[in-house]
Amino acid sequence: MGRYFAIRIGRAALTIVLVVTFAFVVLRLSGDPALMILGPEAPPEVLAAFRKAWGLDDPIWFQYLDYFGAIAKGELGRSMRDGRPAIELVLERIPATLALTLPAFFFKVALGVPAGIYAALHRGSAIDRAVMMTAVAGFTVPSFVLALLLVLVFAVQLGWLPSGGQDSWRHAILPIATLSLGGAAVLARFTRSAMLEVLGQPYIRTASAKGVPWRRVVTSHALPNAAIPTVTILGFMVGTLIAGAVVVESVFAWPGVGRLLVVAVANRDLAVVQCILLLVAMTMVTSNLIVDFVYGFLDPRLRTKGAHA
Amino acid sequence: MPQLVSIAGLSVAFGGVPVLRGVDLALEKGEALGLVGESGSGKSVTWLGALGLLPRHAQVSGSVRLEGREILGASAAELDRVRGGRIAMIFQDPASALNPVLTIRKQLCEALALHRDLQGNGVKAEARRLLDLVGIPDAGRRLEAYPHEFSGGQIQRIMIAMALAGNPDLLIADEPTTALDATIQAQILELLSTVRRELGMAMVLISHDLGVVAENCDRVAVMYAGRIVEQAPSNQLFADPVHPYAQGLIGALPPLDGPRRRLTAIPGTVPDPAHMPDGCAFAPRCTLAAEPCGLAAPSLAPIADDRSVACIRAEASRRALLGVAAE
Repeated sequence: MGRYFAIRIGRAALTIVLVVTFAFVVLRLSGDPALMILGPEAPPEVLAAFRKAWGLDDPIWFQYLDYFGAIAKGELGRSMRDGRPAIELVLERIPATLALTLPAFFFKVALGVPAGIYAALHRGSAIDRAVMMTAVAGFTVPSFVLALLLVLVFAVQLGWLPSGGQDSWRHAILPIATLSLGGAAVLARFTRSAMLEVLGQPYIRTASAKGVPWRRVVTSHALPNAAIPTVTILGFMVGTLIAGAVVVESVFAWPGVGRLLVVAVANRDLAVVQCILLLVAMTMVTSNLIVDFVYGFLDPRLRTKGAHA
Repeated sequence: MPQLVSIAGLSVAFGGVPVLRGVDLALEKGEALGLVGESGSGKSVTWLGALGLLPRHAQVSGSVRLEGREILGASAAELDRVRGGRIAMIFQDPASALNPVLTIRKQLCEALALHRDLQGNGVKAEARRLLDLVGIPDAGRRLEAYPHEFSGGQIQRIMIAMALAGNPDLLIADEPTTALDATIQAQILELLSTVRRELGMAMVLISHDLGVVAENCDRVAVMYAGRIVEQAPSNQLFADPVHPYAQGLIGALPPLDGPRRRLTAIPGTVPDPAHMPDGCAFAPRCTLAAEPCGLAAPSLAPIADDRSVACIRAEASRRALLGVAAE
């Protein structure tokens, strides 16, 4: 068990390094921050001074080593725009993002999982088809389209809710709804197919053959098995809590991490972008580790395999 | 004496395609009946259908009586009492027959709690006793193990223990040894016949292995394309099969003694359930088929006290067998 997790943690660390390296290289090859921030009309000597100040005139490998050296000391750099530490800029945006993504995560699970289970248990019924049609619509429609649709109906036509901003809890309703519907659709489809797969297994027939009432067959035999693949998707959703709302935050002018990322990328504000990506990679990797741990808990086969490995 | 189970005209169709076409079968208390036939002949479907274990889209009709009481279409609560409590069933594939995420204790005690009036420690003690009975060593400790920690043969023993948990009157063993090694097969069959003798339980042994059935059953029913074509006491069926299909099956077995002979194969293949011939389903492959065979499907008719056969050419078939034997 210990080795199983040691290997996984090692891999997780490697993933983070790769993500950060990739972001570092791509950002530096894709545009000159000096030009982006100072504008193309800026005098050449100002541009040169800017590049020198931020170390942009050093060779890229030198900048890279410098960057990792700084990380080792716990420094994530400063924003080129206002000179504040990047980490501070990012951290102050996190509560706003979580105010959308946490309730959305709750609604995704609360809607998607029961809908998927119900559809699987009533396969082929009118309700099953309705749930699946909604689910297909829910995850084929891009979130910005859904967001605009909701704005059109509830803000423009009905005038019940504001179309953007962050002044009251009512401003959060449409963004949360947009995030929840798409995620619930994915979860419903996934839970349904996991459940159907499990219900077709011989051990379900064994349970029925020994006289277990159907309700108990579902709750104590089918659900624990169907939970195993569903946890994978849940883990992925936990991983997107920090930066999963980039599009939605932009549409609804919600000042969260997602919007900060869009602005920072547009400005080539290198330290801020790298800081956000590092944070995203860390949440993704952490949630994957948690998923691996939960697998071990849910599936005794992995537990013993881990012990033997 | 009333029969333990009597099945009459049991038919099953999936999406309009009939796979079981009127099965009549009766079983006495304590009797061991073998059910043989090729894959797809309806051996398993007969019992899954009788116990309401088929998927919901299966259309099941006919009558299944347990000690005179109709159980086909009975309420879910009544079926739950019958399943495991009166009629238990074990299946072919040990690898997936037990729930992989629950301990053996949970699965065994679940059956005990459902059908027996046992409380707390009594349940666990009984579970241990059952595991001992089916020959799982170190039962107390092994109860806490998960299915993947057992071998196929051990899982089948646990399945038998679970089936015995409700003190059933009838055990349906659906190809219980097909997925196991030859040596383990013999052990499992031995175990089945021991517990059956000791508990006075009736058993239906579903198999496509004629040898297994001959050794373990009092009586045999041969199925072909969703019908029973012949029923007879085991020794009589193997010595003197009447239905041309039964003859073909037994003719395809190599004899252990006597001169070497060429094994006979049945020509052709089983008809597709969606395109059954009008009359006898075996007629297209039958060497004795005559014109009337294609008109109507023959029903199972008695030819002796405890034998019946569904073939209008039964007499000709018998003569043909004797003629071959006389050569």
